[in-house]
Amino acid sequence: MISGLFAALAAVAVVAAGSTASLAASKSKPPQKLVNYLVINEDSIPEYLSGRPGDPKQGRKLVISRKKGNCLACHKMPIPEKADHGGTGTDLTGVADRMTESQLRLRLVDPKRIIPDTMMPAFYKIQGLNRVLPKFKGKAILTAQEIEDIIAYIVTLKE
Amino acid sequence: MKIYQTLVAAFSVAAVLSFAAGSAVAEPKDPDLTDPRVKRYIVGEKYSGYVVNEPETRDIQDDDFQNPAFLWVEQAQSLWSKADGKAGKSCESCHGNPEVSMKGSSASYPKIHKKKKTLLTVEHQINICREEYMKTKPWKWESDQMLGMSALVRMQSRDMPVNVNVGGEAKPYFEKGREFYFQRRGQLDLACTHCHVDNHGNKVRSEKLSQGMPTGFPTYRMKWQKLGSLHRRFRGCNKNIRAQPYKQGTPEYTALELYLMWRANGLPVESPSVRK
Repeated sequence: MISGLFAALAAVAVVAAGSTASLAASKSKPPQKLVNYLVINEDSIPEYLSGRPGDPKQGRKLVISRKKGNCLACHKMPIPEKADHGGTGTDLTGVADRMTESQLRLRLVDPKRIIPDTMMPAFYKIQGLNRVLPKFKGKAILTAQEIEDIIAYIVTLKE
Repeated sequence: MKIYQTLVAAFSVAAVLSFAAGSAVAEPKDPDLTDPRVKRYIVGEKYSGYVVNEPETRDIQDDDFQNPAFLWVEQAQSLWSKADGKAGKSCESCHGNPEVSMKGSSASYPKIHKKKKTLLTVEHQINICREEYMKTKPWKWESDQMLGMSALVRMQSRDMPVNVNVGGEAKPYFEKGREFYFQRRGQLDLACTHCHVDNHGNKVRSEKLSQGMPTGFPTYRMKWQKLGSLHRRFRGCNKNIRAQPYKQGTPEYTALELYLMWRANGLPVESPSVRK
């Protein structure tokens, strides 16, 4: 147990998401300041990005919203009132039985750290992107609080 | 091409189920892959967007009298024989009857222009004719005249297999096009390959992803309510993933067109097609 803890501490990485933000900035608009977060064992982000828990009701709205999470574009979810669930991603029904909140958070923030060639966008990242439309340049898809709202909803997806 | 096999398998399973149950268990949207009309657009593991079209959309494409693209084609037919520019020439002056002179020509485009030593699409070639031989102004890429003329020229290769050359002088353009295809772009950080190779047959929301075959352009797209170019479609794709698009006719999109046509080699030309 203790050795496991040491291993985990050794694997902690601080991602300074905000510090290099200026590189991705457009000329006209200042880049969004992203909060730094800890990644443990290249597998999870244990802390709330916004410092406080999210609102699952708000999260459910965000996963449906085409301009925000738009999770339904690719994933099936237990949202029966919407007919148009996509099929390119995994079915998220029961996903919280398979993964912890911390694991889900990293998979939403920057899934390419787990699967480099995934189709899934990083929802909280502004670095390393190519030819972003000026309107979206220097902005993450979601805010830290929106990430937490979605996570608060996703952790309810148990079977 | 595992997904294509899965797609075919899913269709067969659905067909068997519907047979066994004696009723329509299969989703109405699944195409009947044994329908000879659909079969024409499946060559080996390649298939065109026609295959995933709704049956009603296929009917419209298959009937030139119903296909709205022919409003543009008819206009182009009259432009073909109309003199324009200082040279007093029309298309007909040099090329005679398009059904004879243009037969099969577009199936090998984009191609290297021998004198200019550069890669050109059908649209570029039309404007070279206008500027250099007719001595008149080039048409804008997305103008009704250009779309109609491109459709008129390309439809003279209908049902013929796409056959572009990507070797020799075309090779660097082909490499550039391939690089574009696999390059992630935009805030959503996607490359063409993520949707059109890894996930064709799967749905994004209610839209079934195709293999992104370029064989039917210019296409009459219901969403546009008009005929539109392949490069316009590229721009739409790029903007959907929140990427900065290029302009129609740029070297980037021309190289990409070559790469896509190479992917489509062997599939029949179906310009002007009809899509949702």
